[in-house]
Amino acid sequence: MAMSSGRVCWKWGSPLRRPRPAAGWRGFSRLHSTAALAPQICVVGSGPAGFYTAQHLLKHHKLAQVDIYEKLPVPFGLVRFGVAPDHPEVKNVINTFTQTAHSNRCAYYGNVTVGKDVLVKELKQAYHAVVLSYGAEDNRVLGIPGENLSGVYSARAFVGWYNGLPENRDLKPDLNSETAVVLGQGNVALDVARVLLSPLDMLRKTDITEGSLAAIAGSKLKRVWLVGRRGPLQVAFTIKELREMINLPGTRPLLDPADFTGLGDVVKDVPRPRRRLTELMVKSALEKPGEKEAARWASATKEWGLKFQRSPLEVLPAADGKRARGIRMAITSLEGSGESARAVPTGEVEEFECGLILSSIGYRSRPIDSSVPFDSKLGIISNSVGRVQGATGLYCSGWVKRGPTGVIVTTMNDSFDTAQSVLEDLQSGLLNLSDSKEGFECVRSILHSRGVQPVTFSDWEKIDAAEVARGRLVGKPREKIVDFQEMLQLIGH
Amino acid sequence: RPHSPSNSKRPANCLSLSEESPIPCPHAGCMRGTGVAMAQLAVTFCNFFDSSVDRVTVHFINKDGEKLTATAKEGESLLEVVVNQNLDIDGFGACEGTLACSTCHLIFEKDAFRKLDPITDEELDMLDLAYGLTDTSRLGCQVCVKKAMDGLTVRVPTEVADIRRELEVGKQSK
Ligand SMILES: Cc1cc2nc3c(=O)[nH]c(=O)nc-3n(C[C@H](O)[C@H](O)[C@H](O)COP(=O)(O)OP(=O)(O)OC[C@H]3O[C@@H](n4cnc5c(N)ncnc54)[C@H](O)[C@@H]3O)c2cc1C
Ligand SMILES: NC(=O)c1ccc[n+]([C@@H]2O[C@H](COP(=O)([O-])OP(=O)(O)OC[C@H]3O[C@@H](n4cnc5c(N)ncnc54)[C@H](OP(=O)(O)O)[C@@H]3O)[C@@H](O)[C@H]2O)c1
Ligand code: FES
Repeated sequence: MAMSSGRVCWKWGSPLRRPRPAAGWRGFSRLHSTAALAPQICVVGSGPAGFYTAQHLLKHHKLAQVDIYEKLPVPFGLVRFGVAPDHPEVKNVINTFTQTAHSNRCAYYGNVTVGKDVLVKELKQAYHAVVLSYGAEDNRVLGIPGENLSGVYSARAFVGWYNGLPENRDLKPDLNSETAVVLGQGNVALDVARVLLSPLDMLRKTDITEGSLAAIAGSKLKRVWLVGRRGPLQVAFTIKELREMINLPGTRPLLDPADFTGLGDVVKDVPRPRRRLTELMVKSALEKPGEKEAARWASATKEWGLKFQRSPLEVLPAADGKRARGIRMAITSLEGSGESARAVPTGEVEEFECGLILSSIGYRSRPIDSSVPFDSKLGIISNSVGRVQGATGLYCSGWVKRGPTGVIVTTMNDSFDTAQSVLEDLQSGLLNLSDSKEGFECVRSILHSRGVQPVTFSDWEKIDAAEVARGRLVGKPREKIVDFQEMLQLIGH
Repeated sequence: RPHSPSNSKRPANCLSLSEESPIPCPHAGCMRGTGVAMAQLAVTFCNFFDSSVDRVTVHFINKDGEKLTATAKEGESLLEVVVNQNLDIDGFGACEGTLACSTCHLIFEKDAFRKLDPITDEELDMLDLAYGLTDTSRLGCQVCVKKAMDGLTVRVPTEVADIRRELEVGKQSK
């Protein structure tokens, strides 16, 4: 990237001191309310990590100014583009985020890609502290032959497509197969299976995009298999999501009793979450269903099931060499037990016919900029309690700090921890406030010189209102705008 | 700051008295986005009309050990108590009482726990994801205040250990 801004809006600070031991949780607001200098802080990314970090900083430091930079015009990260459309209650966190954005010490600048439109180095010159909360925008790959055949999609792209992520709007997945295989047994795998199998009347009332709803309505899909390389005791999904799947109208579960026999006893002494999760699978697989459930299963037109100890080896091409017609899997046995059991191939293989394969084996973060230390093995920014290694004034939170697992509450807690590290470093003097920083004023001129026009939070609120109005016409909570240009036009950019 | 629960999944037996009150009370309506001032106004308003409503004192031990004391009304959920009384508990009630977040996790004393209404599978499912789960944990949005609870003390969990993360520790890497 040839990008020398030629702008100097910073000066070197005085030599840095080491941090003193941390003060208690509460001390900060009192201490800082008397300080004359306002720390200028920015957060990169407007998902839960970005917003919860900002919320904590604003709450516990009464002078801090927090600016949030977001690559997309619209905020909220995976809450908008990840969380399933039929889980509107999860998206209630947006109300709290909106309150944070309305603080007069907080500003939102969308449509700004850090690392391209403005560099991390430049943000560090403009702010006392920079928090990287840019999530995990890529996905892990299987690394097997045939992975790129048509009919094979990453769950990340598929989720982005039904949730209106502009980059995935043209995915046009081929849904003409009767059977789909989802590789992986996490909550994303369950989300994908549920969206594919949900009765249309349920989906129609959600904020799923118009285009994907129409495609799913026209699909021939009857059956979804969720395939894990390990066993039932190692599934990564959680009980609430499993129960929802088991109760999904119009569908019946396909669980092989042989997979579950005897497991009830095995989990007697494991921690409650794993125990209850396993017991629910065992009950659905082995017990006779109640009358209502039996009737529902009998009349179901679609089905889903779990397959275990199958590790993907190769996606098999159809005669045309372009499309997927099935998948070859290694049958595995487990070495060790419990959470840490390992899958080892037995040498036996199995082929399975299916025209739709969704790989749901996890998301992955990308390095943002060569100046930020990145642990490519773990796929995270190298850090200690959110302090980026060897880079004073640089922090991280959320999936890019911890790796791409954990629900919103996990992300909230780890973001509070990072914010706490920032507050401690402000208090200890490690972040030098007498070194005055211009914050957004400095970044504004950089962006201007590069022809980048940021989207403000009130701009977003116009987009939001337009989406809600469009949704109302068709009885949905919103109809998402999936086109970048259309969003920008709407706000007069 | 959490909002007053709007589309909340309250337990059926958890009917706020103000909702049954013949006088239209802002308490029953949606106060989403109206912030703290409105919530306080609403409480004052309710108190004014419902002077017969029983007051129950509830104490919350916050993360830092500080004791917060609230005057609750019978029938309110503990989440509503926190919201309506503007108690300062970080991140509490993120999903606004819809059983989708577990941030309203509270820990009870054994005796008090035993006297609570039975717990549903759905609450247990969500609790299983909570930080610092104990045998006497409940979700605040699912527990409603009763007269007999007067003087109750509940603890906000401090332990920063995520059950789900523990589940994932032993995961096989690619
Ligand atoms: C499909 C799916 C469904 C989920 N469903 C649930 C659920 O139902 N309940 C639940 O509790 N949790 C759910 N989760 C987990 C939850 O979404 C995560 O815990 C949380 O979103 C992680 O937050 P984050 O801020 O780290 O990342 P993100 O939410 O991904 O936010 C990162 C933000 O940074 C922006 N960004 C990226 N690069 C740049 C850049 N260079 N410059 C500026 N901005 C940038 C991105 O556009 C994005 O807005 C789900 C996750 C997925 C993948
Ligand atoms: N409703 C919700 O609360 C919700 C919804 C969606 C997502 N989320 C959260 O978001 C996070 C991400 O979810 P996720 O489903 O993407 O990830 P995940 O929970 O980590 O699940 C990944 C799955 O892929 C499997 N896998 C990984 N590498 C593989 C390989 N090479 N070959 C075969 N299988 C492989 C894993 O099996 P192994 O265990 O064998 O590695 C696991 O079953 C999770 O914490 C999840 O709980 C929550
Ligand atoms: S407020 Fe979210 S589960 Fe209680």
